[in-house]
Amino acid sequence: MPAFPNTSDLLRVLPELIWCGFGALLMLLQPLVKSRQVLTTVAVIGALGGIVGNFYAVHNPGAAFGGLVAADPFSIFFSHLVGLVAVLVILGADSYLRREGLADAEFYALVLFATAGMGVLASAQELLTAFIGLEMSSISSYILAGYRRDALKSGESSMKYFLLGSFATAFFLYGIALVYGVTGTTNLLKMDSAEPTSTLLKLGLALILIGLGFKVAAAPFQIWTPDVYEGAPTPVTALFSAGPKAAAFALLLRIFADVHAATQFWFWAFWILAALTMFAGNLGALLQTNVKRLLAYSSIAHAGYILVAFAAVTTLAKDPEIGAGPAYAAILFYLLTYALVKVGAFTIVSQYGGAGEKHLQFDDFAGLGERQPWVAALLSLFLLSLLGLPVTAGFLGKFYIFKVAVDSHLIWLAVLMAVNSIVGAYYYVRLIVVMYMREPSAELAATVPARFPLSVNVVLAITAFGTIFLGLFPSKTLNYLLQANLLNR
Amino acid sequence: MPAGPLLSILIFLPALGALALLFLRSDDHEWIRRLAFAVSLAEFILSLWWLLRGVPLGGTGYKLEEFHQWIALGPHGSAPQTFINYHLGADGISLFLVILTTFLTVVSILCSWNSIGKRVKEFFVMLLMLEVGVVGVFLSLDLFLFFLFWEVMLIPMYFLIGIWGHERRIYAAVKFVLYTMAGSILMLVGILWLYNATGTFDLPSIQRALQDGTLILSRGTETLLFLAFFVAFAIKVPLFPFHTWLPDAHVEAPTAGSVMLAGVLLKMGTYGMIRFCLPLFPDASRRFAPAIAVLAIIGIIYGALVALVQPNLKKLVAYSSVSHLGFVVLGIFAFHIVSIQGAVFQMLAHGVSTGGLFLLVGMLYDRRHTFEISQFGGLSTPLPRLAAFFLFVALSSLGLPMLNGFVGEFLILLGTYQVHWSWAAWAATGVILSACYLLWSYQRVFFGEITVEKNKSLPDVSVRERWILASIAVITLWMGIGSTFITGRTANASQSVLDQMVRPPRAYEAVAPAKPMPTVLLPATVAASQGSATQKQISIERLGTR
Repeated sequence: MPAFPNTSDLLRVLPELIWCGFGALLMLLQPLVKSRQVLTTVAVIGALGGIVGNFYAVHNPGAAFGGLVAADPFSIFFSHLVGLVAVLVILGADSYLRREGLADAEFYALVLFATAGMGVLASAQELLTAFIGLEMSSISSYILAGYRRDALKSGESSMKYFLLGSFATAFFLYGIALVYGVTGTTNLLKMDSAEPTSTLLKLGLALILIGLGFKVAAAPFQIWTPDVYEGAPTPVTALFSAGPKAAAFALLLRIFADVHAATQFWFWAFWILAALTMFAGNLGALLQTNVKRLLAYSSIAHAGYILVAFAAVTTLAKDPEIGAGPAYAAILFYLLTYALVKVGAFTIVSQYGGAGEKHLQFDDFAGLGERQPWVAALLSLFLLSLLGLPVTAGFLGKFYIFKVAVDSHLIWLAVLMAVNSIVGAYYYVRLIVVMYMREPSAELAATVPARFPLSVNVVLAITAFGTIFLGLFPSKTLNYLLQANLLNR
Repeated sequence: MPAGPLLSILIFLPALGALALLFLRSDDHEWIRRLAFAVSLAEFILSLWWLLRGVPLGGTGYKLEEFHQWIALGPHGSAPQTFINYHLGADGISLFLVILTTFLTVVSILCSWNSIGKRVKEFFVMLLMLEVGVVGVFLSLDLFLFFLFWEVMLIPMYFLIGIWGHERRIYAAVKFVLYTMAGSILMLVGILWLYNATGTFDLPSIQRALQDGTLILSRGTETLLFLAFFVAFAIKVPLFPFHTWLPDAHVEAPTAGSVMLAGVLLKMGTYGMIRFCLPLFPDASRRFAPAIAVLAIIGIIYGALVALVQPNLKKLVAYSSVSHLGFVVLGIFAFHIVSIQGAVFQMLAHGVSTGGLFLLVGMLYDRRHTFEISQFGGLSTPLPRLAAFFLFVALSSLGLPMLNGFVGEFLILLGTYQVHWSWAAWAATGVILSACYLLWSYQRVFFGEITVEKNKSLPDVSVRERWILASIAVITLWMGIGSTFITGRTANASQSVLDQMVRPPRAYEAVAPAKPMPTVLLPATVAASQGSATQKQISIERLGTR
């Protein structure tokens, strides 16, 4: 490897460089610029710039830095996804930060650093690079979770996330060490030659799975999720539920695709993880009365649905006729739809929560259908998409997962998923009931609902449009995800 | 006859209407109602015109088909690319169900003219969106598209019950949604399984593959697939023991909701059985037929007995639906051309007459704000016209000859008798029981002394109500005496359902001599089971007039 990376290497990681650069720029601007508007604009430009920065990789896919990271359609997809999430979170956070009186430049910088970390995680082809990406996004996340310094819950959230998160990271790192011990490499592409039956390799892969399972909130590693999601500032929760999760799933998928041993060894692990996670999320959500916690549990459940597709990958990969391509596409499509919907829903919650996030109980949403019909309609749209009702993107996402599960003859897992979808229907419908069919309390009815600022409306428009558009015309996206050289090998 | 995507227009015209409604001022109730009425009336007229012209008498197969590739799904098996298709089509069975839907939507909008007090705009938007879903279900020929409309229709119905319903509306709405979803999500797994086996969601293609032997389902697979579809439909019908959501949903729904629910939504279940269960999984259907028939008979008798002792008039009508739909299911699973014809006819007749009963009960509620039979009594004095209409519709519902209920029930019993006389015998008790509960409740509501002071000064039917009821009465009578108009058009479609149940003998199965058909009594039915298409046509028509 040359001492200084050549231009094409740098251009292939341009999105991450832009995000990091703008993050640093924002930190420098913090003492100089007083106008919140300018800082927000710079942050949005930075996040968008990262997406635009993919242009080189789109036309010249390939590995960079001697195979440490890959710029292939897969990583480009994730780079767009996390970039989009960053844009939406920053736009939605602007008014939130004003309302709560929190500094914004640091916040945006942390969001951009976390985004860069996710980008690295999704494109890493080598485990230590992946580890760096994971740490970049995690450490930024720990700080973001505690960003509402004065709120006890925020502190609790940050502390919990940090302690458990670093524990999980240790598992991940230990797993890498063991895998290295067996294969003599940390490069995913070179691991295939290893003896797949080696116990040490299995142990290493198991530890890696535990570390990543924590990041995606798969049961039994999901305990932290509701508390962290509830305590963190809501825009941060939106980021958590969409970004880091997608990136961690991306890495899992890459390990799957490249390491043959993992494909064989992880089947039952994923089967059980998927079943447990679905039930843990959905049963937990049944009892919630706080909307943020409800959405947190629902995000556990959705991780479970995605894990179903992972179990399908393992069986489909063995079938040379079909190949795992459809399952990859199902996972990626699901992550996209899910990110849109969750960011949209959390943005509404963050606006509606009011100063200090006080109005997050179910009762606070009573009568929303009459007081703010558009907000209620959009939140219903997002909830119905999470439920998986046709015409929304969530339905097609779930549909593809069902499809690959049935294609790979995981009928029972598909049936379990169906059962869970019904349980899920109960609590999403319950919130819609509250919004449309309950009368608000006298006190609540007396308050004049605040109008949503323009930036928030833009976020909602984008997410709602995406939710319906992907629900009706998914072909283009899907064709992109189904292409043969998704993972450029 | 205009050319173009007629069925698409039929499906999405109400959606356009709903969109237009959104742009009206929400306190401008008069124009909201007028626009909704105009859209639904236009839809009704178009459906009459296009469908009756487009699906000619004596034709076979699907007409007015529309086919577009919609969503690419990637390679499957040897096919380089598979698609979810946008495939619509109508045949003799779906034709009248669509017309029934569009008719009842007009009626629902008219009957909600003054009885909806809050959020008028949203109400009519929901009603029109419901029409979109239901019409879509009846016209879809792609399993995915069918499922999509099947699910979409839930949401407007859910809001109709949950927002504009009575006291326990939220409980009823949530129960309705959860029950239906529980069934349908398993159907989705079944649909995907079929896709996995064939590489397409297209119903005619799957049918062809099953019939020419390119797709052979093992016994176990067929059983599971059949159950996945059947349970979804059975919940919707509802077949005993899946019926418990129905009384709640009916009683709590506003009148328009009940009319749509009883009139067309329940028919989606029986339609699904005819369209999917029988043609796609004939062997499993035959295997399960005795069990299903027992459930249907239990439903007929149980529904009637519960209706007999109901103190709540609306619940009484709801349970009578359980009983009447039991007849339909029985007719379908007797696998006899006459009984299937009867089942299709009974679906339509029940839609009109039970829709009419719910309208009348709703009118009583508008006047007295109660459904309790004990609160009524002697109402024929203040409400002579309403009493007359009620009697007329009740008689049609209990199957008086010359009215529509008779034709359906008679054909079902006749056809079932040819196959299993004991099924018909048990089911026939339902006819007697339905006379008991309807006439007895009629007597308690309309005859005798007026016991409640308030009842003395109730206003009789208004002009608007008179128009609605008169249209229902005319159609009831016309379906009773001119039933050949309908049976003639449904004949070929019903026959083709039976034809589609024939499978090529499997290679590993010894070809056993076919079981002789049970002796058929009527010359008409002999012709129907043996004769050519034209003969069948004539015989069925003749049968209808009997």
